[in-house]
Amino acid sequence: MSELSMPRSWNRESKPHRFCPGCGHGLVLKALGEALDQLQLSRRTVFACDIGCSLLAWDFFDVDSLQTHHGRTIPVMVGLKRAQPEQVAVAYTGDGGGYAIGLQHLISAAVRDDAITVILVNNTTYAMTGGQMAPTTLLGQKTETTPFGRDREETGLPFKGPEALAALASPEAYIARGTVSKIKPLTKLLVKALQRQLEGHFSFVEALSTCPTNWRTNARETWGFLEQVMSSYYPVGEFPAGAGAREEAQLTS
Amino acid sequence: MKEAVEGEKRAFMSGNEVVAWAALAAGADFMYGYPITPQNEIMHYWRRLAPEYGRGFLQTEDELSAGFATIGGILSGKVAFSATAGPGTVLFQEPLSMAEMMRIPLVVVIQQRGGPSTATVIYSQQEVTLACFGGNGEGLRLVYSTSSHQELYDYTIKAFHRAWRYRFPTLVLGDGYQAKMHEALTLYNPQERGWGKVPAEPILGLDRKGSVRHLRNTFSVEEELAETLRRSLADYRKAAEELVEYEFLGEWGGELLVVAHGIVGRAARAAVRGLRAEGRRVNFFRPITLRPFPGQAFQEALRASGGALLVVESAQGQLGRIIKEALAEEESGSFQTLYRPGVGITAEEIMEAVPL
Repeated sequence: MSELSMPRSWNRESKPHRFCPGCGHGLVLKALGEALDQLQLSRRTVFACDIGCSLLAWDFFDVDSLQTHHGRTIPVMVGLKRAQPEQVAVAYTGDGGGYAIGLQHLISAAVRDDAITVILVNNTTYAMTGGQMAPTTLLGQKTETTPFGRDREETGLPFKGPEALAALASPEAYIARGTVSKIKPLTKLLVKALQRQLEGHFSFVEALSTCPTNWRTNARETWGFLEQVMSSYYPVGEFPAGAGAREEAQLTS
Repeated sequence: MKEAVEGEKRAFMSGNEVVAWAALAAGADFMYGYPITPQNEIMHYWRRLAPEYGRGFLQTEDELSAGFATIGGILSGKVAFSATAGPGTVLFQEPLSMAEMMRIPLVVVIQQRGGPSTATVIYSQQEVTLACFGGNGEGLRLVYSTSSHQELYDYTIKAFHRAWRYRFPTLVLGDGYQAKMHEALTLYNPQERGWGKVPAEPILGLDRKGSVRHLRNTFSVEEELAETLRRSLADYRKAAEELVEYEFLGEWGGELLVVAHGIVGRAARAAVRGLRAEGRRVNFFRPITLRPFPGQAFQEALRASGGALLVVESAQGQLGRIIKEALAEEESGSFQTLYRPGVGITAEEIMEAVPL
């Protein structure tokens, strides 16, 4: 496929998409589209998105899709997958949906090893609601609810999702972090995540992404924040899951 | 799928066990649940019985997950349900609201407990308002209030059929007394009583016919929301005529109408019988559907009773408010409305709405 063509799994009628100029969602969804194409999964997939900017993807793909409530995309896909194990279930959420209001669902699905794929877009802010602090907002970063910069004394450290899940998840789970600034590696992570679901296990990919609208950054600053600032706190790569769980399993087996 | 009940069978069991058997007999495929008293034994029995009958169960991390996972199961075309109570019913408002707006046949059994907050875990009728109108919406739900174990069985079965036929979330409202006490009833196979299979079909994903479907509960403008709601409200009004159910005991020329629902309906019925044995002309009305409310039948019963009313419930007027609304509808000459769900209203529109 040429770099400029749309993935076959995209819904052409909903393009151009509704995200802001410079938003990273379109890139994550392009990587996902290519992953679905590569594995030829679009006829088997249900795509579900959260509330927040991710909801703008409700008709993004030419696959059966659902837009749910804030943080509840994961339990809907868990319920669907449990009832219909042949289905490929993709839950697409932001950092607020996955790491704040829906964190219990994310952790529980990972611990239960539910065979779904969760894709979480980390843009360090609540973007749809106007740029408030997210669990992933970096220290010192200014948002509408941290107007003087995020202060560790007041709100603690930014949340590292893949690292936390790797400690808690079932050893068979697949956990990774990619970035929209490296789209081919991100696509590879998504392919592996979907493959792990097909093998019957939980998979999770966090994608570092951009929000120039709420960051109030130009193109150069946007890319700089993503590639230098975010990537240094949030390392990209795969996170072997279940170190703790593995020891536990040995103890009880 | 293995049939859970063959023929008819007398049984003596708790209300929660009745609900589990009813769901099995109705052909429910999956239960998603979270522990809360007094509904726990619904899960306990379901979980123990499910493998034998090829049904599924998942204990979720909270009631939000129970409700939304049930929605997920339903979207795949499975007959799925949950059960909850008290603060769990509060958390269920979020999935119920989504189901209401997206017309998802979510079935939930609620065994009411006392509140506010955690309070007693035993009994109340304080979840009527939550069950009927709890969400951020217009209360487009079907709510059955049962008064006996036989009704728990009958209406749990019926709830699945009605939810899937009309595509409104459907709640069966019991309470802690009904949940925990043992009572005799007749279990039966619904198909032998004229019920077909629950008309379930995949809403999303595999095995669904037709083109790709994009389901959403997000709208670009108020008018788009209003148009979606207008269709649902019209469907609900039409369905209400077919859905309302009630019990009436009495005749024309009564001096008073006693109204109660659920388990209190049994006490009220017994009281009315006692009073009538003493020569009093007291009538009895029990709404079985609290939502939609059988307003027309209620008004006829009230007229037959000389217009005097005694409302009895284990709550501070939650049924009472529904009845007041039914009374206000009676006085439609003086009670007029300009309702526009979800859209703004201008001074000019209000001026136009004022009668000449």
